[in-house]
Amino acid sequence: MEPLERYRPIIDDFEAFLSACKRPLGTAVRVNTIKASPERAMATLEEAGLEYEQAAWHPTVLEVETDSPGGTWASYHGFTHGQEVVSSVPAVVLDPQPGERVWDSCGAPGGKATQIAALMDDRGTVVANDSNLGRLSALRFNAERLGVTSMVVTNQDARNYSLKPLAFEEFDRSLVDAPCSCEGTIRKNPDALEEWSLEHVDSVSGIQKGILRRAIQATREGGTVVYSTCTFAPEENEAVVDHALREEECRVVPFDLDLEYRSGVTGWEGEEFDPSLEETMRIYPHHNDTGGFFVAKLEVTA
Amino acid sequence: MSDTKDELEANVGQRFGRLPETPDDRTVEGRVSREEVLEYFEDRFAIPPETFDGHTFWEKGAGKIWIYAGESPSPVEIEALGMTCLRTRQEHWKPTTDFVQRFGAHAGACVIELPRAEAERFVDGEDQRVEWDGDWGYLIAAHEIGVEPEGRPVGDGESAERSPREAAVEGDLEPLGVGLYVHGELRSMVPKGRQRGL
Repeated sequence: MEPLERYRPIIDDFEAFLSACKRPLGTAVRVNTIKASPERAMATLEEAGLEYEQAAWHPTVLEVETDSPGGTWASYHGFTHGQEVVSSVPAVVLDPQPGERVWDSCGAPGGKATQIAALMDDRGTVVANDSNLGRLSALRFNAERLGVTSMVVTNQDARNYSLKPLAFEEFDRSLVDAPCSCEGTIRKNPDALEEWSLEHVDSVSGIQKGILRRAIQATREGGTVVYSTCTFAPEENEAVVDHALREEECRVVPFDLDLEYRSGVTGWEGEEFDPSLEETMRIYPHHNDTGGFFVAKLEVTA
Repeated sequence: MSDTKDELEANVGQRFGRLPETPDDRTVEGRVSREEVLEYFEDRFAIPPETFDGHTFWEKGAGKIWIYAGESPSPVEIEALGMTCLRTRQEHWKPTTDFVQRFGAHAGACVIELPRAEAERFVDGEDQRVEWDGDWGYLIAAHEIGVEPEGRPVGDGESAERSPREAAVEGDLEPLGVGLYVHGELRSMVPKGRQRGL
């Protein structure tokens, strides 16, 4: 927990935050509406005697009383997909529409990319990319199990992504769910902080900036880019978005969800960020009993 | 029209090529056409051809057919395009478990309903003796699950125009996967990675 001490100045009720970080995370699934309505998925869980609770902020997000969400009929049929509650947030914020061209730049293992396809009623083109070939097999397995037919899978470095293999030259929307120091997954992976170092935070933030910039460039004017991480470090969150605001044609747009969250910070360790970073979202473990998460929504302006 | 090797290109295993509309449009040797794929699904499983109006079919690897809803140039070298749906270039064509789970609710023939205990054995990969007086060969195994009090499962999600299930003829059965029925025995074709002990 030591590395988290640095966030004491920006997190209210810090002791509650720390104790939430020490509690294991409950099990959650996302209903895959390509194969079943939330009602049918819930009926299938009920038949198996499983208790669940539907999230207030989205009908497809269910917290389930089970240790093996993958060992149910609902999972076998692809009605549900094991997905942490906060991990369902960025695709909802991205708000993709049927028929659109959407890029998931860091798409493996596919929870968010398949959610994007489901939000589009499996119509349009979801380009799921990942630089790691090994992780792509998990993505493909998940996409097929969930019945996704609108997905293209590519294997490139997102920082200099080429749209050449695709049928079009820009995306309507892009998701950058960036590789990060994963501090917010501490409840799921108790050793998440063991390898923590400021050097790693700084080096990964360079990669994040590169991917976010490429996503903005590859998205059409008026299109949407969502940037998310599962970490608390402002270096990997607000500072990355601030960098994009300075280097690319884009602006932060406000959004809301029916869950408890805090605004993004507008300064960190002597560095000032654009005031619009207040419109970004920080989700802390002690507020909704989830993992930690950061989400920013951008509009491409040229 | 017969294929001759000097007229047609060879299939390139590493890239996706879109299926020609009809056998007459064929430019790649041995490649099936969209028409033949739709005929197969209709003849064998009574899946109406219009089920696939929003989809294109592609070949990558010899005889491996993929179904795709999005946009793409052809041919294209890419990791994946939609999902694998059918194995051709062999005597008996074989649909995939994932395809059958996605589109099998539209089928009106060669669907075998399994009671819960048999369904559990099927998804665990077991072969079993079952009663079936229809055709031998590949069948869609299905069972009833998640049926709401009103009787029928509701369509997908919130929006009015949801895709796969709405037009389903036998909407109350949920496909489990592909089975091979021979000599009074239903052999589970559920791939190892998809098998579950439920």
